[in-house]
Amino acid sequence: MAEAVLLSLDGLRVSFDTEQGPVQAVRGVSLEVRPGECLAVVGESGSGKSQLFLACLGLLAANGRAEGSARLQGEQLIGAGERGLAVLRGARVGLVSQDPMNALTPHLRVGEQLMEFVLDRGRMKRPEARIRALQLMESVGIRDPETRFDQYPHELSGGQRQRVAIAMALMPGPALLIADEPTTALDVTVQAQVLDVLRRLREQGLTIVLITHDLGVVAGIADRVAVMYAGAVVEVAATGQLFSMPRHPYTAALLEAIPRLDTKPGDRLVHIEGQPPRPHERLQGCPFAPRCALAQGRCRESEPGLDWSGGRASACHAPLPGGWAA
Amino acid sequence: MTDASPGIYAAAWRRLGRNRAAVAALVALAVLVVVSMAGPVVSSFSIDHVDWSLSPLASPPGLANGHWLGTDGNGRDLFVRVCAGTQVSLLVALLATAVSLLIGVAWGATAGYLGGRVDGWMMRVVDVLYALPYMFFVIILTVVFGRSLLLIFLAIGAVGWLTMARIVRGQSLALRQQAFVDAAITLGLPARRIIARHIVPNVIGTVVVYATLTVPQVILFESFLSFLGLGVQEPLTSLGRLVAEGALEMEAAPWQLLAPSAALALILLCLNFVGDGLRDALDPRQR
Amino acid sequence: MSAPLLEIRGLRVEYAGGGFLRSRRDAVHALRGVDIELREGRSLGVVGESGCGKSTLARVVLGLVAPTAGEVRWDGWTVDPSDRGRMRKMRRELQVVFQDPFGSLDPRMTAGASVAEALEALEGVTDTATGRSRVAAAFDAVGLDHGLAPRYPHELSGGQCQRVAIARATVVRPRLLICDEAVSALDVSVQAQIVNLLADLSRQQGIGLLFISHNLAVVRHLCDEVAVLYLGRVVERAPRDALFAAPRHPYTRALLAAVPETDPRVASRRAAVELAEEGSALSRPSAGCSFAPRCPHAVDACFSQPPGLEPSGQGSAVACHRWRELVSVA
Repeated sequence: MAEAVLLSLDGLRVSFDTEQGPVQAVRGVSLEVRPGECLAVVGESGSGKSQLFLACLGLLAANGRAEGSARLQGEQLIGAGERGLAVLRGARVGLVSQDPMNALTPHLRVGEQLMEFVLDRGRMKRPEARIRALQLMESVGIRDPETRFDQYPHELSGGQRQRVAIAMALMPGPALLIADEPTTALDVTVQAQVLDVLRRLREQGLTIVLITHDLGVVAGIADRVAVMYAGAVVEVAATGQLFSMPRHPYTAALLEAIPRLDTKPGDRLVHIEGQPPRPHERLQGCPFAPRCALAQGRCRESEPGLDWSGGRASACHAPLPGGWAA
Repeated sequence: MTDASPGIYAAAWRRLGRNRAAVAALVALAVLVVVSMAGPVVSSFSIDHVDWSLSPLASPPGLANGHWLGTDGNGRDLFVRVCAGTQVSLLVALLATAVSLLIGVAWGATAGYLGGRVDGWMMRVVDVLYALPYMFFVIILTVVFGRSLLLIFLAIGAVGWLTMARIVRGQSLALRQQAFVDAAITLGLPARRIIARHIVPNVIGTVVVYATLTVPQVILFESFLSFLGLGVQEPLTSLGRLVAEGALEMEAAPWQLLAPSAALALILLCLNFVGDGLRDALDPRQR
Repeated sequence: MSAPLLEIRGLRVEYAGGGFLRSRRDAVHALRGVDIELREGRSLGVVGESGCGKSTLARVVLGLVAPTAGEVRWDGWTVDPSDRGRMRKMRRELQVVFQDPFGSLDPRMTAGASVAEALEALEGVTDTATGRSRVAAAFDAVGLDHGLAPRYPHELSGGQCQRVAIARATVVRPRLLICDEAVSALDVSVQAQIVNLLADLSRQQGIGLLFISHNLAVVRHLCDEVAVLYLGRVVERAPRDALFAAPRHPYTRALLAAVPETDPRVASRRAAVELAEEGSALSRPSAGCSFAPRCPHAVDACFSQPPGLEPSGQGSAVACHRWRELVSVA
């Protein structure tokens, strides 16, 4: 029976105990990830986008606490013990991080690392695991997988390593792949290729959550986009709608900040003044208000909640009407 | 400036304050130092006063006769001698550590920063010195120059700097790769200035931690020298000498061994805790 | 016409493989003969990916790395590190902003101290009232609040650190600022702020820019001219408009195609230009064009003869045997 929702987050909060007191990294996020879709979660550094999913997987730092609900195929993740989560991680959810060198152990051959997870749990025997590893290497676009199988990570280029990292995450056959800034550390051409790999995987039915700070990479691959700011979701919409008719001023400003090839050359980029609130800052009203060109009195007093209508949502007292003119 | 923010050391200090073992150790050390300085003043005995009234001369601890920790084989009050010994041991340790710090940091930072051949040669010197039979030289030096306190802590410092140099050199090599060192070079700063202003301050954390862990080693080394009869000369005494003398009388007069050993063990333990605490406090990842 | 401010001719940089047991074959050819020219007040974008040698180029110009061959001329003078006086003068006029905002500032120095150090080292201005006011002015010029001066780098955001780095580089009013991937480590929104800041500074203070990046879209906003590097060689060089309107070299086209498309309707249908796996600076220089193994248009001649950089009109130059035929290919 197909689940209507693969991952369901409800009122998820993440905080960290620091010297200066508790710091809220995620302040109540409710989101759904549907099977077979690619959901992009976009936000600047410090918006909480990574912590949100690390909390779901039980991978927060020692001083981190998660509250609220996160259900994967019906099963509650928050508060689940380490043993339960360890089984889940990898088997049902794969994680690919920013720096491929961190995902790969330098002194083990690539093939060994790929097979490690499935051999560990006794799920497969060696010959089977090897075949699967080679198949996956090919599906992520690594040429000549047999040779690469026996090589060490440092013999591969950055792009190849990231592909291996994706293949590793897919070895146990997870239903969901979380890609946390997978292309940020890569060159532009390699970035395009890795995104292609993710796109192909999605076409084959893999559900993907793509976490990134760059709205630009999202356009060609995501079905829906959730924009986060200062620990909360400020807009959710289908990709096409988000790009053509953003409702939240922050989304509109982010779109304008992307350097493009079709604007007049030498033009100034439209940037947002100021910077996001620091983690320990106390927030009053809408966190984006200090930087928002359209902020009104109401915006500084109360924080807007996420309003849903017509399959999209925005958290703004005065959302932009359809069509944002520069 | 409106927005004063706590410096790096202030934050580290606070972190250290939260480490209970380290704080307890610091307090214990402080008490020990105070007692070791106040003891000889307060007590009615001096370190070389022989109490002829005792029979035998070596008598166990007794409150009645004022010898709180007993006396040694020559009838001298052990409490006062342990205090004096502690002072000497700590002094030697601190001075020797300071010497090894100065030489080691300068050597290691320079080698690590300059890199290449210079680094190679500088560290070969360290390797060679490391390999030398050190005790041999100390003995020769002692025979030639006599057993002065100065000589002892120079000798110990002369060995202690080797490991410090290696550690600092490793840190410097890593720091050299950082962009801010390149930035300093593009400012036209001479190497000397870059090492002093940018390399050394960034290795201080490691150096301080290592220094607190060196002090116990130095004390032990000095004790070893004393045990061999090469340490401080009479009437001065050190914990090492006291331990050496006490060990000879272990069966007949156990208190002669216990007192200085306990002091020594306490110092070493406390310094280790403080060292650990400092390392955690100064760990940049915890900022 | 006056001499260019910065002139680089035939620059080669090889990192020796060397060592007792390793052979010379392992030498890394970071730069294999590069010519660059930059006039006063102009901005040049140097574009390429990992291994193309762009960072090495910056390091050579700054005097951090010695070239194996070729020369670098600053304002007509052949750069000679042993000439202390002229080096000092050059350092005042040529400054740099590095990629890692946190790594380029000494973690044990406050923001204000880092900027003040530059002032002291390059102009001898010590901590006097003049010095302090110039540091304050530098902070203003980069849009940083004075209250941030006593902060340490770890207490600042990436964007703020990068502004401090820019303040440090511009407090002495250089004639040329080298930006080595200066915005690559920043979020897109912060990147936009810094790009605009650099554009403003360049315009207001007449500072030239040597902007090194792997992102053509950013370069488009900042630079008058662009040079594309691949595996240590310049493969195309052109004024900005010409390069973006009609890129000639297949690698330039691949780079342009890789810039993320922000119109979802177009993006989902566009596939990345299919390039074979990345080359490596470790490889021996091949007999022919270094891009041939990955080039979708390579023919036999490309593998046997290295193309030189030939002028292709309108102040442009391209290193490709087939550039004339490929112009018609979209």
